[in-house]
Amino acid sequence: MTLVFTPDQDQFRDSIQRFLKDKMPTTEVRRLMATQRGFDDDLWQQASQQLALTGIHISEDLGGAGFGAIELAIACEEMGRSLFCGPYFSSAVLSAYALMLAADQDQQEQWLPELASGDIRASLAITETATIWSAADIQTTANTSGDGQIRLTGSKHFVIDGQTADLLIVAAQSPSGVGLYLIESDAPGLSISPLNTMDPTRKMASLTMADVPAIELSRSPESLPSTLLSAACILLANEMVGGAQQLLQSSVEYTQLRYQFGRSIASFQAIKHRLADLLLDVELARSAAYQAAQTLADCGDLAQLSQAQQRQLTEHASLAKAAVSETYLKVALETIQLHGGIGFTWENDTHLWFKRAKASEVLFGTPAEHRERMLSAMTEAATKENAA
Amino acid sequence: MNENRIHTEVTQWLGQHWDPNMDLITWRSLVADSGWGAPSWPADYYGKGMSPQDAAMVEQAFAEYGAVGAAQSGVRMLAAVTLLAHGSHEQKQKYLRGILTGEDQWCQLFSEPGSGSDLAGATTRADLRGDEWIVNGQKVWNTSAHHAQYGLLLARTDWDAPKHQGLTYFIINMEQPGVEVRQLAQMNGHASFNEVFMTDAVVNRDDLVGVEGGGWQCAMTTLANERRSFDRARDVGGRKARKGKIFSDLEEEFAIANEPYTWYPQRAGRVDLIMPRAVETGAINDPATRQDIARLHIMAECAKWTGDRAKAAAKAGKPQGPEGSLGKLAASNVARLASRVHTAISGNDAMLTGPDSPMDGTIAEILVSTPAISIAGGTDEIQKNIIAERVLGLPKEPRFDDGPFRDVRRNTGPAADGTN
Repeated sequence: MTLVFTPDQDQFRDSIQRFLKDKMPTTEVRRLMATQRGFDDDLWQQASQQLALTGIHISEDLGGAGFGAIELAIACEEMGRSLFCGPYFSSAVLSAYALMLAADQDQQEQWLPELASGDIRASLAITETATIWSAADIQTTANTSGDGQIRLTGSKHFVIDGQTADLLIVAAQSPSGVGLYLIESDAPGLSISPLNTMDPTRKMASLTMADVPAIELSRSPESLPSTLLSAACILLANEMVGGAQQLLQSSVEYTQLRYQFGRSIASFQAIKHRLADLLLDVELARSAAYQAAQTLADCGDLAQLSQAQQRQLTEHASLAKAAVSETYLKVALETIQLHGGIGFTWENDTHLWFKRAKASEVLFGTPAEHRERMLSAMTEAATKENAA
Repeated sequence: MNENRIHTEVTQWLGQHWDPNMDLITWRSLVADSGWGAPSWPADYYGKGMSPQDAAMVEQAFAEYGAVGAAQSGVRMLAAVTLLAHGSHEQKQKYLRGILTGEDQWCQLFSEPGSGSDLAGATTRADLRGDEWIVNGQKVWNTSAHHAQYGLLLARTDWDAPKHQGLTYFIINMEQPGVEVRQLAQMNGHASFNEVFMTDAVVNRDDLVGVEGGGWQCAMTTLANERRSFDRARDVGGRKARKGKIFSDLEEEFAIANEPYTWYPQRAGRVDLIMPRAVETGAINDPATRQDIARLHIMAECAKWTGDRAKAAAKAGKPQGPEGSLGKLAASNVARLASRVHTAISGNDAMLTGPDSPMDGTIAEILVSTPAISIAGGTDEIQKNIIAERVLGLPKEPRFDDGPFRDVRRNTGPAADGTN
């Protein structure tokens, strides 16, 4: 596992951190979250092209930087720390992984370079009603009409950045099972309605599709939904670690500045012990996120996983999702409490991270669902070993 | 020295001297005098002045040869480390050899009924009369004191100095009329510790370690090394199968040395038993218990990975991050949760103990041993203070124990200044 980052990785982190500190202060977060689009085109272009963040994990022959999951996780962590407003997670993380997993060579060559450069933005539409992705949740259908054109009908919810995506990757049922399909945002029969999200820094939309022309991503391995879910959880976990660290830091700073009864409240054991507990929680969560990122990086071609790799990826991804999302929410709630009344005001920045934490707790499945998913993967492994 | 040369030299020496039919003390005397027993110690004191890395190679060469090394278990290594750092030339000459040969057992006499977390509040007193220090007071939580020849004693010698500066560190002979050792029974049925009562016990003037009033610094050296010695104590496996008098002596020594620690794995919660027990009992099919098991697995894995991160960072030469200070607190949380999950898995059987309890009493031992882990070796509360102050940089609590110790409010209740 990556127990320590290489000097290059540390440097990469520093450069993103400097960029985000400069470009994404909370004043900017607040400005962008109040807009419908939710991001700034100039800044998106800088992040995509100057820092090459959108293609960090995409191979060089497909226009990316050729790094892997560790570097992507670093980028996500830093974006989580600053609450970066932009379609990075939906496009560079979710959609890029979906294409790498499910698209054939020609499709990858067609779409991944444009995703890597940030010139087009894509999003992934899987969820309909359930919190955790499952084949049973997918009622959207893909039908092939007489002219050979595939058409999608159904609706999707909680599509991250769906209102600004150029391209949508949609899960649908066909007679041969669940597959992923590409549709363009201006396709006939598609209507996109923005949702009012509690976390305004992560926009979401609903899609309604009536015979929308689509292209099938043809290399869809059977394990695709599970692998994609694992990758999504792992990068989200790393994003959450950044936010949790930022909250902890804000609590540590604020409690030292706040004086009551003639002393800094950070000198009371009642406060110190809670902060020590939070530090422990954050560091344990960080270990889970980093280990999961390493497991993802070690997998190589995600479309060709052995059963053992698949189980390990599932175990570590769900472990990280469950552990980090609970920690993130706990740190957020404690940070509000440690700020006292001011922590409940709109003016104080804590609620920005609290809302991200709250939404991230449920996104891609609740902690309880992921504990069950992790344990199932583990017991399945144990049963197989016993049988062998 | 390079790796091969060390290996060759050690192997040659063992080839000339090793004989498993020797008795253990005779063999270890040879080892101690050769310098191979403690190669990282100075050449003047039974060592070879090697780096810790080179010394580890020596240890490995011993292990590969199947030969027994110097005695290392128990409190003796804490005594050695402290004496090497603070002891006089005469003390090192007199005591270090008996530590390595295993002839002498040591115990630590630090904690008192009135000073646990607040160790510097010790009130056991030592008064100089002629060439002897006369010691009066009570110590507690003294592992192996009932086997020990020598004790590492922290006692107050100056009641007018501030708390931390009035303490002095001594070597006390445990085998004398003024020292009474009583085993202390624990709630889990074991008796790993003792109480030690000292009534006009005598310490020779030459057995003051470091300087008068410098006891706190010496005690810090001892405590900083405490964890390592426990790790050593458990390093028993693999040697048992071997034949020869040395090995039967060794087994006997380990049995005595490890007796206080047999319940330590249970104290840590035995996470390794959770899955087998869940499968055996069918609890693995209960959705609520599955959630608990998963929570525990997550916490234990995260704690392990966090420790791994700290080790890897140290190895890569990076400055220690927060991950290095959290292990003990994490271990407490894991043990507490493991105990709860074991209870859930065992159901009614959690009410039983001894042979009636699952796994011949092991489960019961877990349930009644885990409360110790968040107390021993620094309570969770003290750990949290340390983390808050040293890692997070938070301010200290206001204190009320500065100025001459004579005037400091005592932990044992009201009144009683040091003079009576």
